[in-house]
Amino acid sequence: MSFRERLQSWRYNLVPDHLVGEILTKRWTDNAIPFLALVATLGVFGSLIPGFFKLTALQDSTRQLGEFSLLVTGMTVVMLGGGIDLSVGSIFALSCFSAVYVFFILEQSVWLALAASIATGLLFGAINGYLIGYFRLRAFLTTLVTFIFGRALFDILVTTYAADVQLSSATSDVLDFIGDGTFWGLSVAVWAAIILAVITHIALTRSRPGWHVLAVGGSRRSAHNAGIRVRRTVFMTYVFSGFCASLGGFLIACRLSGAGPGTGLNLEIMALTAAVVGGVSLGGGRGSVVKGLMGAIIVLTMTNGLIRLGYGTGTNQMVLGIMLAVAVTIDIRWLKNRDKVLNEVYVAPVYLRMGATQSAAAGSGTPYELDNRLSGADHIGLGELEGPEDVILDRDDHLYCGTRHGEIVRFFAPDYKRSEVFAHIGGFPLGLAFDKSGNLISCVGAMGLYSVSPQREVKQLSAETSRSWTSIVDDARLRDPNDCDIAPDGRIYFTDSTKRYDAHDWALDSIENRATGRLLVYDPKDGSTKTLLDGYRYTNGVCMAHDGTSLFFAESWACRVHRYWLEGPKAGTAECVIRDMPGYPDNINRASDGNYWMAWLGMRTPSFDLSLRHPDMRKRMTRRLPQDEWLFPNINTGGVVKFNETGGIVEALGDLSGAAHPMVTSMREHKGYLFVGGILNNRIGRYRIPGADPNWTSPASYWGTRS
Amino acid sequence: MNAIGWPNWRSLNQEGIVFAIAVVLFAAAAIGLPGFIDPNNLVAIVRSVSVLGILALGMAIVIIGRGIDLSAVAIMAMSVAWYLQLLNSGMPDGLAFAYVLAGVLAIGLLNGFLVAYADVPAIFVTLATGSFVFGYVRSQLISQDAVPVPQGHWVELLGGLRFLDIPIEVFIFAGLAFVFFLFLRFTKWGRYIYFAGDNPVAARNIGIPVRPMLVLRYVLSAFVALVAGLLTAASLHSINTRIVNSTLLYDIVLVAVIGGIGLSGGRGGVRNVLVGAALIGILLNAMTIIDIPLLYQNLIKAAILLGAIIVDGFINPRDEQTAQQGDI
Repeated sequence: MSFRERLQSWRYNLVPDHLVGEILTKRWTDNAIPFLALVATLGVFGSLIPGFFKLTALQDSTRQLGEFSLLVTGMTVVMLGGGIDLSVGSIFALSCFSAVYVFFILEQSVWLALAASIATGLLFGAINGYLIGYFRLRAFLTTLVTFIFGRALFDILVTTYAADVQLSSATSDVLDFIGDGTFWGLSVAVWAAIILAVITHIALTRSRPGWHVLAVGGSRRSAHNAGIRVRRTVFMTYVFSGFCASLGGFLIACRLSGAGPGTGLNLEIMALTAAVVGGVSLGGGRGSVVKGLMGAIIVLTMTNGLIRLGYGTGTNQMVLGIMLAVAVTIDIRWLKNRDKVLNEVYVAPVYLRMGATQSAAAGSGTPYELDNRLSGADHIGLGELEGPEDVILDRDDHLYCGTRHGEIVRFFAPDYKRSEVFAHIGGFPLGLAFDKSGNLISCVGAMGLYSVSPQREVKQLSAETSRSWTSIVDDARLRDPNDCDIAPDGRIYFTDSTKRYDAHDWALDSIENRATGRLLVYDPKDGSTKTLLDGYRYTNGVCMAHDGTSLFFAESWACRVHRYWLEGPKAGTAECVIRDMPGYPDNINRASDGNYWMAWLGMRTPSFDLSLRHPDMRKRMTRRLPQDEWLFPNINTGGVVKFNETGGIVEALGDLSGAAHPMVTSMREHKGYLFVGGILNNRIGRYRIPGADPNWTSPASYWGTRS
Repeated sequence: MNAIGWPNWRSLNQEGIVFAIAVVLFAAAAIGLPGFIDPNNLVAIVRSVSVLGILALGMAIVIIGRGIDLSAVAIMAMSVAWYLQLLNSGMPDGLAFAYVLAGVLAIGLLNGFLVAYADVPAIFVTLATGSFVFGYVRSQLISQDAVPVPQGHWVELLGGLRFLDIPIEVFIFAGLAFVFFLFLRFTKWGRYIYFAGDNPVAARNIGIPVRPMLVLRYVLSAFVALVAGLLTAASLHSINTRIVNSTLLYDIVLVAVIGGIGLSGGRGGVRNVLVGAALIGILLNAMTIIDIPLLYQNLIKAAILLGAIIVDGFINPRDEQTAQQGDI
């Protein structure tokens, strides 16, 4: 190995590049940026301002935070529904005035003042909601105008009644408690904010109206098509925001015992900045109450901190402006490019040097030498089938195969001209096997292990295994269950080819070449699934040995076949029996003469083998080239290979014409014929095997002749 | 006209209606309000709307291109305040003006860049930059709210200039309006604004440089704001930065929208700005003569703007097919 290759193998096999992509697939990465901002803000201001974390200081600032959080919660809900509410500041001010007016001038009880506040908030929210929800006006401008309107109204009212409020002698213990008291160490404002936030969070995540809000924000048109009352939902979000703002207004009325010209000034841009900085997306559908609260803490800490650090007039606006611009830009760019970034960094190829192989070319004289025998096979279901990955025959000679459309199709013996849909599964059925009682067991791509009874009842057997401790993405889920076989004791051994990609992205997995394939076992007795082996490059076909004490499984991208021992001294271990084949192995099945059939889905090429030694080149390739120009395994030629119990190659069959069976993913011997399937083919081939036992069938070989 | 003889609503467009209302209002005020028809008052009306009108011209160009510029007033007030502060601190006029011009263009470029290349909705970008411009200049560059014009400076002299007894800013407004009219109607770049405003994706597909044109609009708007700021300083001999927190911004939007420039873009022109400015000018003047307090004037203006937006929503309904994600 040259020095360059050694460096490459260290660089690409030891540095876990793939973790970056896996972390990016996590939804919590959305929260990471605002959370880090929160920690940084608290850290910076906490260290700059002496006594920042002292209880009394916190007491005071959290009161304000409580009021502000109420507003931000309302704003968050509106933004989740795809709108925006700039009038929260003026609703806040007007509600504050309503409470002050009812309490100090009309000298009514505090509860009536609260009712007046809430009524004001609901009224203004309803006006906003009606104009935006039902009239479909632009949220931003409409609420901007209702903001000016409310502000003008508030200025008039405050100047008119300021003197009367000053002179009023109304007092109340309740009012003082709401304004200044604490309950279990927390002020009423904080309690209100917490309770409202919890209720809103539960409503958004676990109730029908909450889901409707998120659906409308995510896609208005789809929500409408799904039967959601879009206009009413939008209307309700504004009413809710008005309600939240009015609660905040009431609390500040209690705290300040009055209303001044500065009440609620600049609150709208603060609340908007808080929601966006926290990571609530503009345009709706993405975000949460918690994010809004994180933003509220960041914004309030920043603005209050700057005031306490003694920066002059205007600093707040400057900082808010910068924060809003940066947060909105990050939000928009992130939403637009998240998938792009993910696609760019997700594929993380590793270094692999494939062993030298023997040629399979016609006339090369090696055991792998492919001939043209399969091109003469009869065809079954030509043009009717799409993608028979695996084929299998039952005791009555009927032929079954899966199709790309998510069905298992049955062809009737003896001529296989008539067919019917045996069962609809929904995913792409790949490997097939019959168990002792005639149930058809299938590995369904991207779904799991399924069983179809002779009465056509479809049942899921397994869709997950136990999760490994070091995994970042959930590797309990079966992403690409590929082939299965059944041991004499009824346990089902099956493979899950990769943890990194879904079944249809197999080409990406071959380019990445990371060893994440697994061998698993499902136990029908207790319904459990266990991982037996992990860390193979695309585990594929599985086949019980004739004596039932071991099984063979194929490792496609490494061109190897392994034997896994179920019994005996080597039980629970695997050993490699065939290595460095010239083709990529797929399914393996029993042959009548005590040997095994193995399908080759494609052939190794010197160019792709070379590219496996250049992970950097493959990385660049997936980033910069369109998919149809990628270099990946050649699947235009395949074949069928027979090997014996010790891994010696007996013979190889091929279709050099490339017309009938260019790639082969499965084959099944039945009564002297070999039935051949291919995942990209449009037919099943039937090839007469010269000299094969005309009575041998696979069900009999596994479960004995019918008694 | 159709067969059953309904009136043809299409000929009765918003511009016509507003113009008619302005004429009626003018006539009513002339008859009902003493001193309204006085030549001095008429000059005052035109003068009062000229700054508003100039700002509305810049806003109109942005709105026609399906954007909005909420930073206009902040740029107008803060750029001039900084300019005057630099002069007062003894900096040579040419250098100070170069600084301010560079700053104004930089903000325009920033607005345009974020809207055009970062795809951030204009409304958020300009809200943020407006807040930033005000906060930065107020906290870092100037020391008090109001900055006076230095004695004998050309800005002061500009305020005193008269031609045919009419203040010079009226002519500047008229001249700018004519230039904008020529630009929008007869130049290639002017026509591009309409195409991009009508359907940005289609405009891009036929090869119009949509993004550079977007940047150009925000730079133009910022530049126009600087001109308006200088004229304001000229007539008042100082600039008060508190104007940023006033309702002037909404008056500008009001002039543009009420004149018939659809917020969904692609519609309207300089004539709409003139009609809108006329109506608002007459209205404000009449309210002042009737002696309605400023606070109530704000309330009335807000109500009118709300009505105008509702009407605009009906006349220019939003097109779901070409609306962008986040365009709220």
